[in-house]
Amino acid sequence: MTITRKAFLGSWLALLSVGSAFAQGKPASSIQASRIAKQPTSSAQSAAATAAQNPGERKFQANCNRCHNAPEQLSPRIAGTVVRHMRVRASLSAEDERDILRYLAP
Amino acid sequence: MPSTYRWKFRKILSLLLLLPASALMAQNTPIISGGVGFLNSTNAGENSFQLVLAPVVAIPLGRHFLVESRFDFREFYNRQNGTSGPYEGTFFKSTQYLQLDYIASPKLTFTAGRFLTPFGTYNERLSAIWIQNLQDSPLIFPIGTRTTGSSDGVMVRGSLLSQPKVQISYAGYFSVSSDVDQFQSARSAGDRISVYFPTRRVEIGTSYARFLQGTRNNSLGAHFWWQPWNSPLQVRSEYAHGEHAQGYWLEASYRLSQWRGADSIVGRIEPLFRMQQVFRNSPGPGDGLPSADTKQADFGFDYHMPHEVRLNTSYSRKFSANGNANIWNMSLTYRFLFPAWRGHQ
Repeated sequence: MTITRKAFLGSWLALLSVGSAFAQGKPASSIQASRIAKQPTSSAQSAAATAAQNPGERKFQANCNRCHNAPEQLSPRIAGTVVRHMRVRASLSAEDERDILRYLAP
Repeated sequence: MPSTYRWKFRKILSLLLLLPASALMAQNTPIISGGVGFLNSTNAGENSFQLVLAPVVAIPLGRHFLVESRFDFREFYNRQNGTSGPYEGTFFKSTQYLQLDYIASPKLTFTAGRFLTPFGTYNERLSAIWIQNLQDSPLIFPIGTRTTGSSDGVMVRGSLLSQPKVQISYAGYFSVSSDVDQFQSARSAGDRISVYFPTRRVEIGTSYARFLQGTRNNSLGAHFWWQPWNSPLQVRSEYAHGEHAQGYWLEASYRLSQWRGADSIVGRIEPLFRMQQVFRNSPGPGDGLPSADTKQADFGFDYHMPHEVRLNTSYSRKFSANGNANIWNMSLTYRFLFPAWRGHQ
């Protein structure tokens, strides 16, 4: 193994350790808000909370977000095309398509 | 022209005129999307570079039709003699899908043309360069997809059941044999059924494909995904059994988004691990699978940068009867998405 490879692996492991330590070192209450950190802790709470969310947002997170993140910017002009494209690719129902479109382009 | 024919002619003409007109309506402007990437790989000491452009085009036609396509253009550079000699480039292009979809009802969509073979989950969901976590596709990828991953023919798919607690989706296809450049496919048929529990974010499913030309054989697959709501953990796995081999892959990733949010410096980091194995039952020349029993562990480290840029790095150790190897991968990708033309606000 060359020195470059060793350096790459060493940096990779160091970054991984630091990242993991940061992620686990803070108690849950002090972690700043983020979309994922806001998720409740038990599945019962999860079901209740997700039901209370915007149905489009809930469906986006339950379906689309499993494979990819939401686009950072989405022009309202193309929102319908994007959602229809994903309806076919992800086998979404017509109702899911409507709700997700309403969420992405209110 | 008799009045009945004239009326029919006018009706068809107005429909043809309305189709592109409806595409110009708000929210339905055609899109150009996809990804560009720079890929570097060192596999058993052989270094290679790739410049990739993978555009996606989607054009809605009226309320029920959609034309969509994805192409792949790449320039592949490697050394003339593997590990020595000057670098030389080879250009590859492929049509991954070019299909017309007809959304017939809330639960049924007909597709005709060239489409991604619906076997397992990797091919349809994770193969795009701007989505994949690891640069290399799983070792068992060719099982059920016949190496190219695309089929020419017809497909029906949709959502059979969509309830808050359970969703069932299906896909079934028939593909013809084709040797046309950019449209190579095998005569085959198959299906996939998936059951998804949104409240648990658990999905299980099975796939089946039957190869219908030459020696007929079956491929079977199963997949399991789990992405808990309360954690950025993602667990994805597939098992596939083919005529000459079987195997599995299991991938776990954990984005560190619980530290200062997904957009913080640390929150953009996503370490991941994939374990995969292939067991050879008998020789299968040209099936795209390793020629001997192979075990591979992939350690990935991805960084989700702002503006849809992504850096994926990985180290893999491959154990095989044909020789062990180290594989180092690095890729930088950018995902783009914009209207094909200005359209109306």
